[in-house]
Amino acid sequence: MANSTEETKKHMLNAIGAATVDDLFEQIPDEHITTRRFELPEPLDSEVELKRHMTSVLGKNEHCEDNLSFLGGGTWQHHVPAICDEIWTRSEFLTSVWGTGSSDLGRNQAWFEFASQLGELVGMEFVGLPVYSWGAAVGHSMRMAARMTGRDRILVPALMDPQRLDVARTYAGYPEQEGHIEIAYVGYDPATGRLDLAGLGSRLDKGVAAVYFENPGYLGVIEDQAAEIARMARAAGAETIVGVDPTSLGVIVPPSDYGADIAVGTTQPLGVHMNGGGGVGGFIATRDEERYAREYPTLQVSLTDTTHEGERAFGLALFQQSSYGSREDGKDWTGNSVYLWAIANAAYMSVLGPAGFEELGGAILRRSHYAARRLAGVPGVSLRWPTGFFKEFVVGFDDTGVPVAEINRRLRDHGIFGGRDLSSDFPDLGQSALYCVTEVHSRADIDRLTAALEEVTR
Amino acid sequence: MTTNGLRKYHAAVWDEPLVMEMGAPGRRGQLFPVDEPDLDAVTGDTSDLIPESLRRGRPADLPELSEPEVLRHYLHLSQEVLGMMGISLFGTCTMKYNPRVTEALTRQPFVAETHPDQDVETLQGTLEVIHGLDRMLRDLTGMDQFVFQPGGGADAAFLHATVTRAYHEARGDLAQRREIITTAQAHPCNPATAAAAGFDVITLPLEEEGYASVEALRAAASERTAALMVNNPDDIGIYNPHIKEWVDIVHSVGGLCFYDTANFNGVMGRIRARELGFDACMMMLHKTFGAPKAGGGPAVGAYGCSEVLAPYLTAPVVVKGDDGAFAIKIPEHAGSTQVREYLGNIPVIVKAYSWLRALGAAGVKEAADLSLLANNYMETRLLRIPGVSKGLPHLDEYRMEMTRYSLGELTEETGVTTVDVANRMVDYGVDAFWMSHEPWFIPEPFTPEAGEMWSVEDLDYWIDVIAAICEEARTDPELVKTAPHNQPIHRVVGSGLDDPDRWATTWRAYRRKNGLEG
Repeated sequence: MANSTEETKKHMLNAIGAATVDDLFEQIPDEHITTRRFELPEPLDSEVELKRHMTSVLGKNEHCEDNLSFLGGGTWQHHVPAICDEIWTRSEFLTSVWGTGSSDLGRNQAWFEFASQLGELVGMEFVGLPVYSWGAAVGHSMRMAARMTGRDRILVPALMDPQRLDVARTYAGYPEQEGHIEIAYVGYDPATGRLDLAGLGSRLDKGVAAVYFENPGYLGVIEDQAAEIARMARAAGAETIVGVDPTSLGVIVPPSDYGADIAVGTTQPLGVHMNGGGGVGGFIATRDEERYAREYPTLQVSLTDTTHEGERAFGLALFQQSSYGSREDGKDWTGNSVYLWAIANAAYMSVLGPAGFEELGGAILRRSHYAARRLAGVPGVSLRWPTGFFKEFVVGFDDTGVPVAEINRRLRDHGIFGGRDLSSDFPDLGQSALYCVTEVHSRADIDRLTAALEEVTR
Repeated sequence: MTTNGLRKYHAAVWDEPLVMEMGAPGRRGQLFPVDEPDLDAVTGDTSDLIPESLRRGRPADLPELSEPEVLRHYLHLSQEVLGMMGISLFGTCTMKYNPRVTEALTRQPFVAETHPDQDVETLQGTLEVIHGLDRMLRDLTGMDQFVFQPGGGADAAFLHATVTRAYHEARGDLAQRREIITTAQAHPCNPATAAAAGFDVITLPLEEEGYASVEALRAAASERTAALMVNNPDDIGIYNPHIKEWVDIVHSVGGLCFYDTANFNGVMGRIRARELGFDACMMMLHKTFGAPKAGGGPAVGAYGCSEVLAPYLTAPVVVKGDDGAFAIKIPEHAGSTQVREYLGNIPVIVKAYSWLRALGAAGVKEAADLSLLANNYMETRLLRIPGVSKGLPHLDEYRMEMTRYSLGELTEETGVTTVDVANRMVDYGVDAFWMSHEPWFIPEPFTPEAGEMWSVEDLDYWIDVIAAICEEARTDPELVKTAPHNQPIHRVVGSGLDDPDRWATTWRAYRRKNGLEG
């Protein structure tokens, strides 16, 4: 701390005309000052000591580079191109807060490029700056739909990430309150894992503000009835909200093509490390229509003008409807989010380009399907839905007689993190696990998993 | 140096096109394995793996660039961000140095390449850090439990509003307790999250003493009160000495009290929220605790609460077993208070933990000392500049870690506004100041916050810039009103930002609205 030398302190106190630093705290009544001493650990003054301590603690972690990991389901291991890290770690991006539209030009442009490129992937023209997570995006988008329609029920798939659903429930509130949103569930076809259309039809009535579904779904299933779901929702006067994984959008049509009104999803796979779950981010995108735009709770960066004709600048569109502009009368609320990751996302999308996304999607498809077929050959191991999935798939272990928790424990001895255990969240699926295979998994990795599973399920 | 002794600064001007305007068809920046005959032999044609109706035929209209082009493009854009390359005293955000040692550490695979669903045995390092930070924040605030799930300060305020909801719901009086009380000086996230959580908001106005009166609070508090959500000190630099009485009043009617500790920098090491009677508080790890602002996150609003409220948290908490191993406990209570997936922004948590370990208790208190020293030093010098006055000037005690000023006199005399001054500052390599949150009750406001990091020479330079601009306002007001002049672009006008025919949040929308398609 630059001003901590006695000489500087004295110089500053003299300028102020105060005798001691304690005098400056005169506003705080004495009886507010704590009398109990603080017990923080002794300081690690030097960087060398601090680094040694931090490394010794964090070094207790194992990670997905020194192990072979098949965990996904909300945070996914993808290749992060080195230039994404080079770009977001630039001090200018890393440390800035808010200046003027001129002094923030580069960052605002990067954000606009995030929104523009994401819009191309999902086929939407209006995109907000990112929100905290996919769950937060679901929460905000269902509140948008409720305000737009004046209705208060949202239909969601029963096969939804339990954490994402919990976040959405938090955004929905309690029945005793005005503005409460009721979340109702639509079941799935046990044979395919896709949404049960008959069940959807029976729940669609004039009280439904929106139908939310995911493509691919939480358990990896590609929802090929998407257009029909959107048609049914529209016929009932409800909005269609679709959650998507952007890494699928080089090979799967954008949600706008099958009738989505609001697209939401995750930004983590777009060039952001998993960070122990701290890589998550969410987005909200719609058609550029006032009906939607005027319900956004986010900040939105728009192209705009300067005092000089023809000069390009960026500004915040519809700022007044944010909580910064209107406090409790604004749309939900906004604040610090994951805007730095939006820059990593922008770099990622531009370095991949259209062909990169197509190749990425293809590599994920081939490797995940290869893995599924190999695993299906392990005695006692079955695939819940052997076809029609992207990146993730459900592996059943019932016939091995070994619980998933035990299998995953044994896999760790092989340096493998097995798929997410689904047995407590989805008991109907028995002893099942969600396996995630991406472009980072080679054929040799998958063969190694297969061999290990053969051994540990024996 | 310029004639007024300030730096001769000019921002980088790259006149950089949009990334969507760059590149050429067929150009590639990142390749993925395509030709994998041994995989194809097992899986068949890749396109057959997607149902026909959902196969993407038309590729996304993304730019086609080589990797060096992408890198240089974003480096150019980074150079067109002033921020902390100059001196940024952005009030309410506590601009601090972000130690590069933890930046480097959190990019290591033991943080970056961990998956949150790994077995806890493989995440002992992360859990130890979370547990350690929880304990240190308990020490600093007196609270009984911290969680780190909220993705920012506003998210922590939302968490509090939802904990309030769960608490009253469990007691069966949520239908009755519909109101959350806040003040006009509280950050907008407090009323906004209260409303989003389904409450009616009562906002107490600013009064003569610099805060709402005890009488106003007493009149507002009732059996309908669910909670109080306030900052203290506020963004003007005023500490409410009656805050204990406030807490007692709200508790006496059965409401909860939330301390938005956004302005912790001036009081840390001196007061504890719990000892003042508060039931909960939040700490912004991305400002007070040395983690970067990152232009607006990733951030963490660490939420701490009393043991009475802890059962209403549905965020996972880290516990230490008798054997010294750390575990994740998922609370059993089914209240809806999960605001985000997973344990929180781990890198930000690591940075805050490291910051506290580096400083210790004495360092934390010294940081608060230096913050007040710097703020009051600045005040002494700033108030000597003709045209600058102190917000609520009749309150002449030393302000806390920031002071809100007014340029109202300058505006009356010269027509130059606080927005003009902000736009002129950036011509001297000093990023714009924070003016004020809504509502503005001080005319032409500005709110610098010095914190403990900036040297006295930096503070002097910053003040010299303000003095020089106030002088320019008198000698050449047009120069200030038309600023900036040394930035990559001129002043942003922002016309059309609220006009559906003109706003454009994507390049595609812009092209359509301006007839540039095809």
